[in-house]
Amino acid sequence: MSTQDTLLSVTDLQVDYQVGASTVRAVDRATFDVPRGAIVGLVGESGCGKTTMASAITRIISDNATISGGQMVFDGTDLVSLSERQMNRLRWRDIAFIPQSAMNSLDPVYTVEYQLNEVLRGRGGLSRRAARVRSEELFEMVGIEPGRLKDFPHQFSGGMRQRVAIALALALDPKLIIADEPVTALDVIVQRQILDQLRSLQQMLGISVVMVTHDISVVAYTCDHTVVMYAGKVVESGRTADLLRTPVHPYTMGLKNAFPDLKGAEQGLLTPIEGAPPSLMNPPDGCRFASRCPFALEMCRSVDPALMAGQDGHAVACHRAAEAPALRAEAVKYETWQEDA
Amino acid sequence: MMYDDTRKTDVETLITVRDARLHYRVGGALSAMVGGGGTVKAVDGVSFTLKRGESVGLLGESGCGKTSMGRLLVKLEEATAGELLFDGADIGALEGDDLRKFRTRAQLIFQNPFDSFNPRYTIRQSMVEPLTNARIAREEWEDRIIAALELVRLPEPQQYLDRYPHQLSGGQLQRVVMARALILQPDFVVADEPVSMLDVSVRAGVLNVFRDVRDRLGLTAIYISHDLALVRYVCERTIVMYLGRIMEDGPTEAIVRDPLHPYTQALVAAVPVPDPGQSHEPLPIGRGAPDPRNPPSGCVFRDRCPKAFDRCASEVPQVQQVDDRRLACHLFDPT
Repeated sequence: MSTQDTLLSVTDLQVDYQVGASTVRAVDRATFDVPRGAIVGLVGESGCGKTTMASAITRIISDNATISGGQMVFDGTDLVSLSERQMNRLRWRDIAFIPQSAMNSLDPVYTVEYQLNEVLRGRGGLSRRAARVRSEELFEMVGIEPGRLKDFPHQFSGGMRQRVAIALALALDPKLIIADEPVTALDVIVQRQILDQLRSLQQMLGISVVMVTHDISVVAYTCDHTVVMYAGKVVESGRTADLLRTPVHPYTMGLKNAFPDLKGAEQGLLTPIEGAPPSLMNPPDGCRFASRCPFALEMCRSVDPALMAGQDGHAVACHRAAEAPALRAEAVKYETWQEDA
Repeated sequence: MMYDDTRKTDVETLITVRDARLHYRVGGALSAMVGGGGTVKAVDGVSFTLKRGESVGLLGESGCGKTSMGRLLVKLEEATAGELLFDGADIGALEGDDLRKFRTRAQLIFQNPFDSFNPRYTIRQSMVEPLTNARIAREEWEDRIIAALELVRLPEPQQYLDRYPHQLSGGQLQRVVMARALILQPDFVVADEPVSMLDVSVRAGVLNVFRDVRDRLGLTAIYISHDLALVRYVCERTIVMYLGRIMEDGPTEAIVRDPLHPYTQALVAAVPVPDPGQSHEPLPIGRGAPDPRNPPSGCVFRDRCPKAFDRCASEVPQVQQVDDRRLACHLFDPT
């Protein structure tokens, strides 16, 4: 699948957590591509594996987690096969990270300039003078007055700290940025301003971004491509416009219904998806969404559907993908999603 | 019986807020010494009335005072100044039996269902607490609890009574939070971001229950949120707050379609929608965040307002009726 236009190609990735005596597969045979110069949204609910997947790309995962299978081919190199030392050389230089809450990535006892220096001089090998110039340039890029380089993290507002985190991620001109819910903790106006900033820098610099989010409005606004995860699996992926306008997986259809649309017609009844995702301690045999899916057949409960690529790279894991237009017509009705329907 | 018109308005109004203020002193003696202390005016001169059965959204960003306003209305905070009337009685002056009665009639639904329960209490034990506080006879407890859980559409409520909070999903737990708030049959509820901790797929279910219960019981409700799309789903009227003050107040649909205050305009434009074809126009608002310790003179929004002019720095705009809205903005002030 890897072509010149693809920066990162993830194939059949598996990440396992050891929890007591049992193993929980948080990411199960996940496959998707990150094109060069594109923003890819990883979307799903809590516990779906989106954050684990994103951190697996940087290979910074918790002690009880292991990558137990699959490949992540980044610019021709399989990240899974690299030694920790080799991987560490790629971090910040080629793959950088923006965390959910910048307060957690910035050290409260050092000025932000000191922390930029750690990356620029420590990892990038820049001279003191070059680091100073670059720091000022980075602050200007993210819209902060360079005079504030001497400030400590607590002197910035939440939105400003997130801008500092973006500046840090951009410091060594990476090819790929992994952003984990970069705007979740922010108010709607600041959120929009940060997304605009990230988007314009991404376009200007031609980098790729993998953005983890639970908010499909943020995906619709920001991401060129979208990967929908459910209970550790990729259930649908493709261009955002295709995926949101003509979703093929019933879970994606349900997510769209459940979300209020401010600019749409006056809101009818929002439709919840009844039930909860299955426990990953003991996942069901068939499709993991089957217990909540209004369209599930016998087969769905016993046979796990494979992720199949269709037109324009729109991939779906659903036994009833061929019937999608008819299912979409049913999915917009409230009654369809009622348990006793 | 005959009513005159003034009398009738009183009957229709459940809550009257007149020039309410809630000021906090921040920082201790040490920060005062280094100049870090100060006063935060969380609520600063807010006035509005709520009709019986009306649902109003309190909308704004963090630090706008919406949660403080909600806490004043259920007497979890005492106003620094101003007047809050509940059914004609001054909330600040309530004591003894009157206060106990008020505590049954006005309820708060908390934001985080996972923090709203004692983890060592079963659902039954948590549900009993408000009943003992209100001195409800023990024989009625079981029936009341079951009825409240049925009201929030938890199927076969018996099964939940002896479970602990961690054994319920977020959506189920938030319904129990709602049931506990409703068990004393209040006529007024303040819901503070009741679905912000829940996943999208279960949010809709909780919101639907909220709307349904409110309509069935004829509740008067305040819905506090930073999310205009959610407020639009729940409330016919919205009050927009910024740094402790009301900026705009009017029918929700009108505010969504045609926001008039420059702050509301930015807020509406900033909400992303689940449609890939949306506009990427820059927002009509300056960068930066409101600093509640150090608000600008005059209009508190003026330093971020694209339409600010001289008068905005020198004079605080008063809330005035403009057609179907109330607005605090010199652009709409005829004088």
